[in-house]
Amino acid sequence: MGLAVERVREMGRKLAALYRFLFGDSVRAFGSLSLILLVLLAVVPAKDYFREWIRIQSQYLKLIRNRGDAATLQRRFQGGLQQVWLPRLGVVDRCTTCHVALREASMADVSLQPFRPHPVIPHSLDQFGCVFCHRGQGAATTVEEAHSSTKAWEQPLLPARYLESSCGQCHQDAPPGTPQLNRGRKLLASYGCVNCHTLLTSSGLSPGGARMKATDDPPELTHIAQKTTREWIFAWLKNPQAYAGSATMPNFELSDADARDISAFLIDQSTPLGPAVEAKPPSSPPGADDPQAGATLYGESFCASCHAAQNAAGILTGGDVGPELTRVGSKVRPEWLLAWLRDPHQLDPNTAMPHYRFNDKQLGLLASFLESKTDSDFTANVHLEAATKEQIEHGRTLVNERGCASCHQINGIKRPDNFAPELTAVGSRPLAKIVFAPGVPYDLSSYLEAKIREPHSFGTAMKMPKFTLATSQVEALVTALLAQTDRGATVPADLRVAGHPESDYQPAGSAGKLMDDLRCFSCHSINGRGGDMAPDLTSEGSSVQRSWLLDFLKNPNTLRPALIRRMPRFNLTDAEAAALTDYIMTVYQTPAFDSASLPASSFTAEDREHGRQLFYSKYACQSCHIVDPNNDKGYIGPTLTVVGVRRTAAWIFHYLKDPQALRPATLEPNQHISGEDARALTAFLMAQTKAPPQQGGKK
Amino acid sequence: MRGRWLSFAALALVLPACHRTPDGKLDGKATAQPKAFGAGLVEMGGGLQAASVGTVLDQPLVVQVNDAQGSPVKGALVTFRAAGETILTPSSGLTGDDGQLSVTCQLGSSAGRYQILAATTDKSGKSVTLRLEEIALGYQQNLGRQLSDRYCSRCHDPESSAERVSNYDNLTVKPHTFTDGAFLNSVSDTDLAAITTYGGAARSKSAEMPSYGGTLSKTDIEALVAYIRAVASPPYRARGLIYASE
Repeated sequence: MGLAVERVREMGRKLAALYRFLFGDSVRAFGSLSLILLVLLAVVPAKDYFREWIRIQSQYLKLIRNRGDAATLQRRFQGGLQQVWLPRLGVVDRCTTCHVALREASMADVSLQPFRPHPVIPHSLDQFGCVFCHRGQGAATTVEEAHSSTKAWEQPLLPARYLESSCGQCHQDAPPGTPQLNRGRKLLASYGCVNCHTLLTSSGLSPGGARMKATDDPPELTHIAQKTTREWIFAWLKNPQAYAGSATMPNFELSDADARDISAFLIDQSTPLGPAVEAKPPSSPPGADDPQAGATLYGESFCASCHAAQNAAGILTGGDVGPELTRVGSKVRPEWLLAWLRDPHQLDPNTAMPHYRFNDKQLGLLASFLESKTDSDFTANVHLEAATKEQIEHGRTLVNERGCASCHQINGIKRPDNFAPELTAVGSRPLAKIVFAPGVPYDLSSYLEAKIREPHSFGTAMKMPKFTLATSQVEALVTALLAQTDRGATVPADLRVAGHPESDYQPAGSAGKLMDDLRCFSCHSINGRGGDMAPDLTSEGSSVQRSWLLDFLKNPNTLRPALIRRMPRFNLTDAEAAALTDYIMTVYQTPAFDSASLPASSFTAEDREHGRQLFYSKYACQSCHIVDPNNDKGYIGPTLTVVGVRRTAAWIFHYLKDPQALRPATLEPNQHISGEDARALTAFLMAQTKAPPQQGGKK
Repeated sequence: MRGRWLSFAALALVLPACHRTPDGKLDGKATAQPKAFGAGLVEMGGGLQAASVGTVLDQPLVVQVNDAQGSPVKGALVTFRAAGETILTPSSGLTGDDGQLSVTCQLGSSAGRYQILAATTDKSGKSVTLRLEEIALGYQQNLGRQLSDRYCSRCHDPESSAERVSNYDNLTVKPHTFTDGAFLNSVSDTDLAAITTYGGAARSKSAEMPSYGGTLSKTDIEALVAYIRAVASPPYRARGLIYASE
């Protein structure tokens, strides 16, 4: 004990001596304080010397020292803190302090970060800086602060797989370099996400942005009892994808009791449609003894252009405009199906399906063919007793709670406004406002991914249903959502690239009515409105000869053997076909040329022979087109065996000179064919007027 | 002697701390124990897929462990290793009844080729390895792929799909598939761009290759060349700097 006290005293004495040594008199004190001040002053530059970015810059200099291009790289290297400052965009990015070789294309062989050059993109680095696309904290000067999410900065670097989302902050025009973003935006519309969620796109056209419109066309349920049975509704509600793998309706993960009550309510609210659906099932249609006849008619009508169905091997083939038909016989009532095939517009005025003019025999054949597409397993285990009043009322409550009316029209239920959170600025949503499910990494993209994939992991009370999506679809959706940022909403107007404005073009008169009845716009586009499955018809009148068009409308034959989707036969009357032909020939004329300007009589046999040589040797057109079916084999472009009957000479001439000027979406390359060559080729092609005898069948 | 013990102890403490899964969470599960050993490791599918940087490949990587007679071995342990941010899920596992193990692969975040090493051990404890490669496409290569799918693949890809019939068989002079590195790697960027721009005839190739200079922009054609370089097999290696002789 005494020893310890002695030691403390000794220590005190030593300290006192030291104090006297340093600050004993005023001179000593001055000297010592000056020294301490000097040391303190030296700390600041020393601290700077040990900064991360200085170490990285000297690493870079070491890295380039022995390279062949060292002299150039060293000359271009700028030490010290670097920054891209763009006041207009609010960008202060110091990333180039460490990423020193971003502009050095000759460093392409270096795979070590942060010294890789920036990959080729359509914008310059000085135009937008770094953070605009990559996120992160641009003004930070440490690696951790710049890249990762810290408490003061919630925007970590965007994972590479979502980078395309940044393009979407300015671009609404679906550029070809951002397939994932474009796909995601299409999915938001086609899966009906925007039926429940409001999503304003910064279109640049309207100041507040335009609301994204859904394209999924969910059916009205107001007359559902006439279309299908309660058992089918129950099985569908339980698992839509068990009925059709391609169904976009999500799985609400309903209990048996809930599905029972909703199906009871839906049947209860359904009203009769009137005389359109006659309770008269077809009594053995003529030709029903031939089981192949229905399938042939299904094929000839090109139903598969829009509807998919599983073939015998279980592979889904066909278009995605209409619903999948693999098990349609288990769904629809025979009398409804017959009425639908007779005239779908009586049952759903907004459907994309054309009004085929089937006769009674065809109707019977097609209906019995479709009814035979059943799956007895789908409703096998569904046994529902008659619904009670309480069940129906509970069903109504559930329909309200689940927001069914956001997509479907239902009697007695109002479409809810803003049923789900608005997504306009979801890409900038503060993390502090998000409740993360356990196990989800703390960043926005992981949250969105988990929310789309497993909405119920965020709580069983969550109303969002579970969609059946592939990984790539989820990635695309997250990309599209991450594009909805605050930055995107405030970007200067001149940087915005607006989407293609939607046209509401409507052809006039009785021909317009007929085109509406045939739903031409479901596949063809005219004056900016319509689908992209079939050729644009804006200048069709300048392109074809009247007699050919009339024949074609009555009996469309195949122009492109390689295509699976084709123009169906609508069974038009002569008067209808003539009216439509006249309208197309008169109205859909291009202002670029007069279609009668190159009469066939102006071509000589010499022109034709010259054209033949050009066709086969100089331009090798036979690679893609067939003129002589015995020798030519190409089938990317349309078959040209009777092109002289189909096309006008003026169209062929101008089309050869610049195909994209007349058909912007065509694949035919613009080969800058001279006027002389184009004229000779036109002469040769206009001579192709006789269909040679058919060869065995297509390859 | 004492120092060595200390360093062993330190290593024992440090090593488990370093063993983390790529997403930063501690790997709680111990590696599975092999129940059987094979003699060979073969690729069954999933190699050389091209996808955007950072995305998950459409097809899983499938490898099969065979014994000396070439029949599949069930329960053999296969471990996968990949550089950088490439993530394989699971990164190791036992082969199934068919002797196969399939893993999903998420590519790294910069464009280029990623090598993946699959390894198993044979009875004597010797390691048997298999190298796989996957292709990550950057912005430019991705754009090139879009253009290739639209304009080129109908002739340059001999495979037909349900939606697209190949025109390859109909051409007198067969075009090169874009993966044909053996030939295409020997053609310079300038020549590839020129053939695309001016047509095959302009470079003494077949006139069946039309000129795309009027349809595609210079940027588009550069993107196409970048795509062709990215998918070439054997891989294309850009010629570095050409030094002056001293």
